[in-house]
Amino acid sequence: MPKVKCALIGSGNIGTDLIYKLRRSEWLEPVWMVGIDPNSEGLTRARELGLKTTHEGVDGLLPHVEADNIQIAFDATSAYVHAENSRKLNALGVLMVDLTPAAIGPLCVPPVNLKDHAAKLEMNVNMISCAGQATIPIVAAVSQIQPVDYAEIIASLSSKSVGPGTRANLDEFVYTTSNALERVGGAKKGKALCIINPAEPPMLMRNTVYCETEGTPDEARIIRSVRDMVAEVQKYVPGYRLVNGPIFEGNRVSVFLEISGLGDYLPRYAGNLDIMTAAATRTAEMFAEEILSGRIKLSPLVVA
Amino acid sequence: MTSSLKDRKILLHDMTLRDGMHAKREQISVDQMVKIATGLDEAGVPLIQVTHGAGLGGNSIQHGRALHSNEAYISAVASKMKQAKVSVLLIPGLGTMDELKSAYDCGARSVHVATHCTEADTTRQHIAFARKLGMDTTGFLMMAHLNTPEGIVEQGKLMESYGAQTIYVTDSAGYMLTDDVRARVGALRAALKPETEIGFHGHHNLGMGIANSITAIEEGATRIDASLAGLGAGAGNTPLEVFLAVSDRLGMITGCDLFKLMDLAEDVVVPLMDHQVRVDRASLTLGFAGVYSTFLLHAKRAGEKYGIPARDILVELGRQKMIGGQEDMIYDTTLTMAKARGLLPSDAA
Repeated sequence: MPKVKCALIGSGNIGTDLIYKLRRSEWLEPVWMVGIDPNSEGLTRARELGLKTTHEGVDGLLPHVEADNIQIAFDATSAYVHAENSRKLNALGVLMVDLTPAAIGPLCVPPVNLKDHAAKLEMNVNMISCAGQATIPIVAAVSQIQPVDYAEIIASLSSKSVGPGTRANLDEFVYTTSNALERVGGAKKGKALCIINPAEPPMLMRNTVYCETEGTPDEARIIRSVRDMVAEVQKYVPGYRLVNGPIFEGNRVSVFLEISGLGDYLPRYAGNLDIMTAAATRTAEMFAEEILSGRIKLSPLVVA
Repeated sequence: MTSSLKDRKILLHDMTLRDGMHAKREQISVDQMVKIATGLDEAGVPLIQVTHGAGLGGNSIQHGRALHSNEAYISAVASKMKQAKVSVLLIPGLGTMDELKSAYDCGARSVHVATHCTEADTTRQHIAFARKLGMDTTGFLMMAHLNTPEGIVEQGKLMESYGAQTIYVTDSAGYMLTDDVRARVGALRAALKPETEIGFHGHHNLGMGIANSITAIEEGATRIDASLAGLGAGAGNTPLEVFLAVSDRLGMITGCDLFKLMDLAEDVVVPLMDHQVRVDRASLTLGFAGVYSTFLLHAKRAGEKYGIPARDILVELGRQKMIGGQEDMIYDTTLTMAKARGLLPSDAA
């Protein structure tokens, strides 16, 4: 069966983990990895796994896009270079899945709104943040039952799983995630908190979701909705687990989650990174299904 | 006897209206804040921290909602100060630079940029931004007992390189003994630039607040955090008026009036307490097990609800190595313990 050919931009932890996720996919095939350091561990590993590589950034990939029929690219570089990467690849008709906090395209949480994006043939979709991928499904599960006045989430990440980019810019993480709780989760007001824990051995990613509903929460329906949503997420993140909750106190609904990764390239405790690569893969698969079935056709994006 | 600390100049930083907010479940009114801050200002205390207990961005389900916004508290207090500077707490991941700018606009001129003692590299942009605003900027290494003296030096140097003018050893769990303080403060003093100041923030869970502060000064600290009557998380902070009596005896120079502060503690702060802030069974457990002091009231509340002693919860949180900011895990841990003990059905939602 033919597969949609993909390029990975960025040869760090996320890009490397994506190789493993894509190799397992029925619809996607990792073909290129783009880096900037010829000696990087990521590029070396990619070559060992049979990918073509360039250390000349996106410009090193562009001449090969047509010949190698690259249709989807994943950007795991940084918010600062993403816009330029996206413009160049979109111009060649390559769809961009953005794992940086740049968020120039619509925000995507697969079980919540992926189908809408695929139907609209968006050429750039953004994966928000690990905390967003972990918690927005739950906020959406509650807001599908009744209006959520306020959603607050706390993401606890193991110190070893938080890279220098996130560390240098926690504010961006907070703003991006808070905003997405509103725009994708459906809360009227969202607030995201992030805490980095250095315990050894590293703790698994934990997420707590608090929702304050308009009026008394409909307990039975919310419990069902949350459990259904957990099952949806588990389809692409098997280590996504409801530990406690939903608990109800007045208008407050509390849900406590734990996420362990698949342990592909990243260790199992790095559920925060795994949920990003898994969500990005799930997103690309949805587009790939549409492309392979002929329902959508990618074409070069002409930017005025 | 002449003390070796005679004529040592110490900058006192009051925590009553920030760490004290934890002990008051964030329910200090603007009027009460202004009254206490005005008294501190008149007594010569040079720095007064005023925010939600968890600092900027603290108003939340996780950390409790204060009676008023940080901006309301800061503006009200700052406008009344004759000599004291108002300071704030900022924990990256919770508070943001937008909130720091807003606090500055309300009159805050000093900031503790705080992080767990191993995560200093999350403070770079906030420290740099505070300096850009012209604020007196401190790098505040919390739960400092969980890092070695060498580790504390490495983290302190990072913060210094970002622009922090003072580095604090913060005993958030009230766990440290004098040798722990001596090793960390001494190592920092040897490694940091001479112009970088060192501070110590104590909690009184093992009754060591004063002794640890004096030890820090012996090792070169020049800034001390303290609270009137100890009002603060856990068994409270280093009690300000007690510290001042000791520092007067030792001949240190603080510029503060002991009797005015004694009166303020006894006549204004103590009557305001919801519970007696002191070493008791639960707060002693914090100090003994090395658990974040702010967890105390959360653990008591969760424990009462599900019939589990607060001490058991605190010990379990210590075992799981939970750190400041993970207050949600208190509730989660309590639920898990309640299921394990048969107090809740194991398939409870």
